Amino acid sequence: MEKTISAKENFLKGLVRENPVLVLLLGCCPTLGVTSSATNAIGMGLATLFVLVMSNFVISLVKNVIPDKVRIPSFIVIIAAFVTVVQLLMEAYTPALFEQLGLFIPLIVVNCIVLGRAEAFASRYSVGASVVDGVGMGLGFTLALLLLGSAREVLGSLSWFGLKFSESDGMLVFVLAPGAFITLGFIIAIMNGLKKNKV
Amino acid sequence: MEYVILLISTVLINNIVLAKFLGICPFLGVSKSSSTALGMGVAVIFVMTISTVFTWLVYTYLLLPLDLAYLQTVTYILVIAFLVQVVEIVMKKVSPELYQALGVYLPLITTNCTILGVAILVVQNDFNLLKSVVFAVGNSVGFTLAIVIFSSLREQMDMAEGMPAWMKGTPAALITAGILAMAFMGFAGLV
Repeated sequence: MEKTISAKENFLKGLVRENPVLVLLLGCCPTLGVTSSATNAIGMGLATLFVLVMSNFVISLVKNVIPDKVRIPSFIVIIAAFVTVVQLLMEAYTPALFEQLGLFIPLIVVNCIVLGRAEAFASRYSVGASVVDGVGMGLGFTLALLLLGSAREVLGSLSWFGLKFSESDGMLVFVLAPGAFITLGFIIAIMNGLKKNKV
Repeated sequence: MEYVILLISTVLINNIVLAKFLGICPFLGVSKSSSTALGMGVAVIFVMTISTVFTWLVYTYLLLPLDLAYLQTVTYILVIAFLVQVVEIVMKKVSPELYQALGVYLPLITTNCTILGVAILVVQNDFNLLKSVVFAVGNSVGFTLAIVIFSSLREQMDMAEGMPAWMKGTPAALITAGILAMAFMGFAGLV
């Protein structure tokens, strides 16, 4: 049984209303782990976007062939295949970024966003809608990472995308581990505050 | 001595949750009460130790000789999913009490990135089997330590009054985790 949803609404929901990181709190490990600079954040976001779109596409294609009982393992194997593709491509073409992101590239396999979308969306909707959902969710994830990465890089090392705009030292804590938790906490708090005022 | 240092550094200094950012999902999701946090932690110790041994064996005696190292990610996730199933079935038969206590956490562990993360780190660092086991035990104990401390803090925080509405819940939890991570940075000079 396939459900339907309008393309525009489908695309936009991933960006704001159902933003995977800021609203649904999925995929927090890479969100916190790789956002010490804006460049890393974009790299991770795009890698996840690719896996998300491709796995949504393939899973939606084969959803009627897979028996219900072995659904989750099959999804994971499909996702793992695309993660391996990304891993090999990045190692070949962007070795510096690959080195920086390190462990978090293979860990896209267990990123709850990817499996979550496969289970909640791609296994129920048409191929087209699933691809749009993948793009929307992937961009939402990338945006959230970029926001967090920019905030941490600007506060922590007084630079943005590697361009320094001040010679003095930033607040180092924002580049280190505690800063990741604290920055994300404040971003979500601000989002909550804005939502309350609107209603 | 080398093993003791490895153990201390994985539990306290490079804590898997607070310094390496692995396993954040269960860390935030299953930390509302300290008893469930402890259950999750014990289940992670159990599965991580077993899965690290198996993935190490699979990598060294299967993937490397066959020149299939690029299939690492796919193989590992399958091995882990398979092991979690086996552990669940065996535990149900052998020790129903243990299954009662840990059963609900086991399926969640397949997608816990600490398990896959540690299995990959072991290969990246070229550890031998014994060192891998120590590494896995250290990391999973570190996970348990972090999640139990964090859940106790959250239990206390729930009783606090006067917190602004927009800070309640996740934001407050994340900032608490940040302060906890700062506290753990104090261990840096230990070894």
